[in-house]
Amino acid sequence: MADFPPRPSPVEAAELHRRQRGRNVAILVVLVGLAVLFFAITIVKLSKA
Amino acid sequence: MVTQSLTAGAVTPAATQSQAEWRDWVLLLKPRVVSLVVFTGVIGLMIAPGHLHPVLAFTAILCIAVAAGAAGCLNMWWERDIDAKMRRTMRRPIPAGRIEPDAALAFGVALSVASVLVMWLATNTCAAVVLAISIAFYVFIYTMWLKRRTPQNIVIGGAAGAFPPVIGWAAVTGNIDIMPLLMFALVFFWTPPHFWSLSLYACKDYGAAGVPMLPVVAGGRETRRHIFFYTVLLAIAAVLPWALGYTGAVYGVTACLFSAAFGVFAWRVLRDKQDDTGRSLTGDIPARQAFRFSLLYLAVLFMALGVDHVIGHHG
Repeated sequence: MADFPPRPSPVEAAELHRRQRGRNVAILVVLVGLAVLFFAITIVKLSKA
Repeated sequence: MVTQSLTAGAVTPAATQSQAEWRDWVLLLKPRVVSLVVFTGVIGLMIAPGHLHPVLAFTAILCIAVAAGAAGCLNMWWERDIDAKMRRTMRRPIPAGRIEPDAALAFGVALSVASVLVMWLATNTCAAVVLAISIAFYVFIYTMWLKRRTPQNIVIGGAAGAFPPVIGWAAVTGNIDIMPLLMFALVFFWTPPHFWSLSLYACKDYGAAGVPMLPVVAGGRETRRHIFFYTVLLAIAAVLPWALGYTGAVYGVTACLFSAAFGVFAWRVLRDKQDDTGRSLTGDIPARQAFRFSLLYLAVLFMALGVDHVIGHHG
């Protein structure tokens, strides 16, 4: 029988969710920022052409 | 027992991933180092002749910052074994177990490639190539090759930190001129006295980790001589842009005054009371002061370059 890791306590689970949420928000911000940046670069490059 | 250890091994990656906060990923990018890199890059971009659209200038600086961070991340990935042995670095995300080494490697490689590609798309080939060289130099030449092999690691490896003003310049002009090379020389000759001052009092850590820093290999006395010698070279490199007519009096006077002051700090390091083995008897107070002043020195000199340019001297 495989041993499974012990379930996290409610406090630990809440902390893990908080960290996971923080990472997800950070990824969202970076992706939106990149989309805006690429859009802006494209506009500038097209206006020069 | 075997089952337990296997289980523990199996859950470690998931547990590690869960432990990492977004701040840990930012820490992998060495934000303090990046801030200095960005500053010198901005000045290089600012004083270059020509015009770059603000969006493209912002993108170029972002790429310099991300590339420097990526190189720092790959440095932390490679040095995780010695980081774990040194007090100063043992709480970094990888040795502390908050981020898996493989994840850090993937993160660093992805950011390196992305920063070079975006630099190329937004500015020009020259800037992108120099950016790629700077990352490769820091990761392969300094981190992987020199750092654990020679006490001169800082001298040659310091070139990696000297690239940003050159990249900033190249982003605007598409080429490399004398002035960016002079800025390169300024950072290049600044790195040894800056880092050796730190390594004088962080010597035990480097010794324990097996890194052949100059104080570990040649002793404190020789390191102090090296600090003074390189501070003299730095002073010459710092005054050259003004002496050759590339900057105005604001930079010239600032470079002379601050280089003289750095010389005084380096002299105090050289004359520090020490025992027969070269160990400081004053708790390395002069070295600590020299290290702090070196940070101010580089920031002020690059700021003077910017101010000089703004008030109208264009060489």
